[in-house]
Amino acid sequence: MSRAGDLVRTGLRGIGQLLLTVGFVLLLFVVYELYVTDILAGQAQDELTDELRDEWDGAGSGATPAPLTPEAGEPFAFLHIPGLGDGWNRAVVEGTGTEELEQGPGHYVDTALPGQQGNFAVAGHRVGRGSPFLDLDQLRPGDPVIVETVDAWYVYRVLGDPATGEFGSAPVPGQQIVSPDDVSVISPTPLAAPEVPPSGAYLTLTTCHPKYSAKQRLIVHAVLEGGPILRADAPDGPPALQEG
Amino acid sequence: MYSWIWRHLPGGTGSKAFLALVLVVAVSALLLFVVFPRVEHLLPFTDVTVD
Repeated sequence: MSRAGDLVRTGLRGIGQLLLTVGFVLLLFVVYELYVTDILAGQAQDELTDELRDEWDGAGSGATPAPLTPEAGEPFAFLHIPGLGDGWNRAVVEGTGTEELEQGPGHYVDTALPGQQGNFAVAGHRVGRGSPFLDLDQLRPGDPVIVETVDAWYVYRVLGDPATGEFGSAPVPGQQIVSPDDVSVISPTPLAAPEVPPSGAYLTLTTCHPKYSAKQRLIVHAVLEGGPILRADAPDGPPALQEG
Repeated sequence: MYSWIWRHLPGGTGSKAFLALVLVVAVSALLLFVVFPRVEHLLPFTDVTVD
C-alpha cells in the first residue's frame, strides 16, 4: 500500500478513537450527574444534619421563637415534606449559589424567614445532588410543608382546594410552571411586584422543570397554618408530620 | 493513541490488559471526582433558581 493510504488509515483510526473517547466521557458525565452527585450530596446532608442537631442540642426556648440569623452557606432549619416520601427531610442552607445547593435546598437570601410575614423561598435540585425536589410535582393542595427551626415548628399548607385537587389561581396558586427569569414567584406576596408588602406568611419552593432540563421552573406555593408551635410544646413535631 | 499506550505498557498481554484497566479506572475517577465537579457549574443543567 502507498504512504497516502497509511496516512488515511491512521487518520481514520484517530477519529474513531476520539469518538469512542468522547462517548465514554459523556456517559461518565451522566453517571456523575445521576449517581455521584447523590453520594456527595448525601454526605453533605449528613454533615449538615449532625451540625444542626449538635448546635440545637440543649438550646433553650422562650415563650416565643427567637429571631433567626442565618449565616451564608450555613444550615439553619429543616424542611419536612411527608408528601415527598415517608420521613422526607432536608437541612436547609442559607443562599442559593452553586455551593449551597450542592449540599441541600437553599434559602433565597433576603426573602422572609420561617414563620415571618412575607415569602420564605427555597430552591432545590430536581435531578442529581440527592434529588431533593424530584417529586415536587406530586404535592397536592393541602399537603403539609413543615419547617423546623431551633425552637419552633411551622406548618405550611400547599395552596389550592384540597377537595377538588385544583391548585387554583387567585391570588396565589398552589403550583405553577414559570420561565426561569420570573422572580415574582419569590416576592413577599407571590406573583406581586417585589415592593408590594406581604399579604401573609407564604412558603415557596422552586426547582427545575421538566426533569433533566433547566428550561422552566416548577414552583410550589404554601401558606402558614396557624402560628409557630414551640419545640418545648411538641418535642416530636406537630401532628402534620405524620400525614402523607 | 490507544495503540501507542498499549505498546508502551510493560509485560505480556495479561499485564498490559491489567494495567490498561487500572488506567481506565484512574482516568474515570479523576473525571468523576475532580474534573466534573469543577466544570459542572459552567453547564446549564443544574439551574433551579429564579433570578
